[in-house]
Parts: sequence; structure tokens; C-alpha cells
Amino acid sequence: MAAMTPTAQAAPAGPRPAPEKAPVRRQRLRQRRRPRVWRGLVLGLAGLYFLVPLLASVVFTVHTPGRGVSFEAYTGILGAEGFTDSLLLSLGLAAATIALVLLLAVPALVAVRLGAPRLRPVVEVMCMLPLVVPPIALVTGITTVLRWGPEHLSRTPLYQTFMAVQDENFPLVLVLAYTVLALPFVYRSLDAGLRAIDVPTLVEAARNCGASWAYVILRVILPNLRTALAGAAFLTLALVLGEFTIAALLGYQPFAVWIVTVSGAQARMSVAVSVLSLLITWALLLLLSRAGNGTRPAKSTATVAAAPSSSKDR
Amino acid sequence: MPVPSPSRTGPAGGTRRRRRGPRTWIAALPLLVFTGLCFGLPVAALLYGAVTGADPATGSTRLTGEHLRRSLQGPYLGSLIGSVQLSALTAVIGSVAGVLIAQAIVTSRRTWLRSATLTASGVLANFGGVPLAFAFIATAGISGVVTRLADLDSLGWNLYSFTGLAVVYLYFLTPLMVLVIIPALDGLRPQWREAAQNSGATGRQFWRLVGLPVLAPSLLGGFVLLFGSAFAAHATAAALVGGSVPLVTLKIADALSGNVLVGQENVALALSLDMIVIAGLVMAVYLPLQRRSARWLR
Repeated sequence: MAAMTPTAQAAPAGPRPAPEKAPVRRQRLRQRRRPRVWRGLVLGLAGLYFLVPLLASVVFTVHTPGRGVSFEAYTGILGAEGFTDSLLLSLGLAAATIALVLLLAVPALVAVRLGAPRLRPVVEVMCMLPLVVPPIALVTGITTVLRWGPEHLSRTPLYQTFMAVQDENFPLVLVLAYTVLALPFVYRSLDAGLRAIDVPTLVEAARNCGASWAYVILRVILPNLRTALAGAAFLTLALVLGEFTIAALLGYQPFAVWIVTVSGAQARMSVAVSVLSLLITWALLLLLSRAGNGTRPAKSTATVAAAPSSSKDR
Repeated sequence: MPVPSPSRTGPAGGTRRRRRGPRTWIAALPLLVFTGLCFGLPVAALLYGAVTGADPATGSTRLTGEHLRRSLQGPYLGSLIGSVQLSALTAVIGSVAGVLIAQAIVTSRRTWLRSATLTASGVLANFGGVPLAFAFIATAGISGVVTRLADLDSLGWNLYSFTGLAVVYLYFLTPLMVLVIIPALDGLRPQWREAAQNSGATGRQFWRLVGLPVLAPSLLGGFVLLFGSAFAAHATAAALVGGSVPLVTLKIADALSGNVLVGQENVALALSLDMIVIAGLVMAVYLPLQRRSARWLR
């Protein structure tokens, strides 16, 4: 038992030279050389597969065969018809969704930690269930419910609610649907954040010092959750900006739907917008990992980023 | 939040229990009501619509298995099978590729490579939907850059097909697998390998007897997650192929937007129900596995 690596964090699978017998060393040397080849091959192929579409997209947007290089596709975006409207609509929806989902989830999760542990599985299941229902199935359910409005409820005050929710200028129904879609990711992010702090002790300490409940929540709990809140907000923002299915099938035109609409006439511009949206996502994620506690940025990026993909609308 | 102050309820040991005050749960109520209304109601409506229909004779609503039966025949069944095939194929390839890439990063000692790959995976795993479809149209579509450069047309390449869709899906599935599997690969302690080597085990024996059994829950969990992701995908396929590849999400969208015969809405509901059942099975496998594999994360 000559070589036992002292800590688990030290170079995983990194062979460690130690006093040992010759055959073992030869075996290790062989093992060292072989991985280099396959590692290079795997990473090279992966790099090719993942970089080529990005490069090709950029080339596609700036270079037209026979006409040379021009940046029209990018400069034209701002002036394109519907771009500003759809982007503003998406940003507005995102802001409303973030506000709603945090207002719903934060008190519920804090309460579950503080005084209602028996509710915990209920809240967890409620937050995780939307993962089971694909967005397209959710939207079929929503259209069914919305059809009840004109069919059954036209004499009741509920009808007005149904109409208000479907307002063309700001479709609240999308905010509600996006909030449902965002819940699992917001739950995970906040749950991880709350797990890292001892809520009952913090609250006890603050209350013993004479803090009011509002003070405890706003000045003690929320600042400790800053990273988790930022993560949840970013994930929700990314989700809403990229969402296509629900908005398209309900007949609204936020950003993702606009790109598809414009692609028919201006293929180059739609690709240009796609490239920009990738860059923006990248910037947001980098920001998020920087905002993370810094001690293990790679891990926090990984967990946070893995979350939305499991059901993000594609 | 109206909770009895802990300072008044005695020593710390007793406060935990007593603080389960009568009204703390009120703070959780809005969330529960919201999910009940905005998630429960549509799903209930979906279930109800999938199993009921108007009686042609009386016009009244009655229970029927007709929609579910039709959703499992002909082109609808074909679309379900197509979706399952595409998801299974891309999940298998994505899992294998993801594990290989993850292992290459984990065994590499370059930290910059690791953090760059993790960030890239985080971004690419989220680079789904419409933008991804357009990036691939620019790359390998009819007048795409690579199509022209490499003359893919003569090779029989067609982006707007089952194969093309699989290539596109792998673009977000593989990074997803990398993200899921890296913590598990990190959990394979170097000490275990050393212990195995010192006991005279070969590399193959190590993987067969130690590595794979430890990784199995994460591998299966990752595979199932990829399957679910591909299965629920709609935007990419909608922006890319329209209707030329039979996929259940596209069929539902068609039926909902009235591109087919009137009265198909209930079939769309039944198809959605089929999807929920499959996605539910997927999650029923994934969530316990994830909990199990979490053991190796620390």
C-alpha cells in the first residue's frame, strides 16, 4: 500500500510515482501514454463538432458567395420590423415571470425550512411535477382551459379575467405558463442556497437581537441567498427568452417566435440573431459563475447550467 | 411571516418542534394555490379532454377511449414511435460521447481545459430551440457553409431528415451528458484505482468491478435525462423540419393549430397524455437514480 493519494481533490486518476517495483511502473507508463492519444482524439473530434456550426453560422451571416463580406445581417437587426417589439415583449415577460416565481417560491421554501417541515415533500413534488409534463402537453392543456372562457363562462365575471389574461400587448397567460416551467429550476437553485445556510439559527439570532420579521427576511435571509436568487433569476430569464412552443401555439410573438417568422424572408438575419443570442447566453452564464461564491466556480456553473436543460423548451 | 418568536419558546432543543407554529404554512400557500391553478388545472383539463368526447346523438359529454385509441394508431402511432426512436438513438450516442468527453477532461490535469469545457457545456446544453436550428441550417442546410465547402449534397446528406435531426439534437444532448456525468467521474476516487492496482487488478478489471458499478446510476440517470430532453423537444424540430419527420410534438402542434381535420383537438390531448405517461416513466426512473448517485458527489 505504497501510494495512497492524500486527498480526493488531487488530480483524479493521476498516477503518482512512488517507491514501487519495476513491473508496476512499466504498467503505469503504458497506461499514461495510451490515454493521451484517445484523449486528444476525443477532445479534437468534440471540438470540431461543437465549433464548426458556430464558425459556419458566423461565416454564413457575414459572407455571401459572389458578393463578399458584409455585416448587413447584424446592422440590419435593430431596424428590422418587429425586432424591438418582440424583444421588449420577451424582456417584459421575463421580468414579470422572475418576479412572480420568486415571490411564490421564496416565502414557501423559507417557511418550509422554518416551521412547516411536514409540508416539505408537498412543496418539492409541486415544484418538480412540471418536469414530467413537456411544454407542448402543458400548452394543449392551457388551450383547453382557455376555450372554456368563451364556451362556458361568458356570463360570469370570470370571463373578463380570461380575456384580460390573454391581452395581446402583455399576455399574462404566458407569464403564468413560464412560471410553471421555471419552478423546478428555481426550486433547485433556492433549495441549494437554503441548504448552505442554517435558516433557523440565523432567524433565532436575528430575532433575539430584536429584529422584526420583515427585517429578518429582507436583511438576513435574502442577502444570504443572493447567489441562489441570481441563479434562479438568470435561469428564468434564459428560459423565457428562448421559449418558443407555448408562445407560438397560443399565437403570441415574443422573441423566439419572431426569429422563426423573420427567417422566411431574411435567413441571414435569423442566423445572425441566433449567434447573438448564443453570445448573450454565454455572457450571462459567465456572469453567473462569477457571481457564484468563487470557491468552486466550475461546480456551481455545472449544476446551475445543467438544471434548465432537462426541460427547457426545444 | 407570523411565526411565534423563538426567543419566547424556551431552549433551542425545544424550539425546533414548537416553532412549527400554526400559521407558518400560510407562506407556502400562494405557491400551492398557484401550481394547483396554473399547472393542475390545465393538466386536469388535458386528462378530462383526452378521455371524454361529445356524443354525436345527444350532444352530451361522455367517457370514451376513442381518442386514446386513435392516438395509438396510424400516423399518430408512427409519430410516437418516431419520437421514441429518435430520442433513444440520440440518448445512446449522446451518453457515450458525453462520457468519453467527460473522462477525457477528468483525466486531463489541465484545469483551464476543465473549466472551459464545463462553461461551454453549460452554454451549449442550453443552446436549444430555435437558435440551434438556425445555426445548423447555416452550417449544413441546403445552402449551408459546410454543405457547400464539403459538397455534402453529393454524399446524400439531408439536414431535414431523421439523421439530420439526430445530429442537431446531439449538439445539446452531449454537453448535457458531460454536465451530468462529470461529478460522478470525479467521485471515482483515485484511491480506489490505486487500491485496485495495488491488489493486482488490470485496468479492465477495475472498470468492470469498481468503476462501472459506481457509475451505473449516474449513467442510467443521464441516459434517461437525455431521452426525456430529446423526447420533449419541439422548437428545434419545428424550426428545422416542419412536418417532414414524424414526431409526436410536431403532430400535437399541427392538431392544435388546426392544420388537420376539425375535431382533432381531443386527439392532440390524447397524444399529450401519451407523452406525459412516457415522460412520467422517464422521471420515475431519473429522480431516484439522481438521489442515489448524489451519494458519490461529495
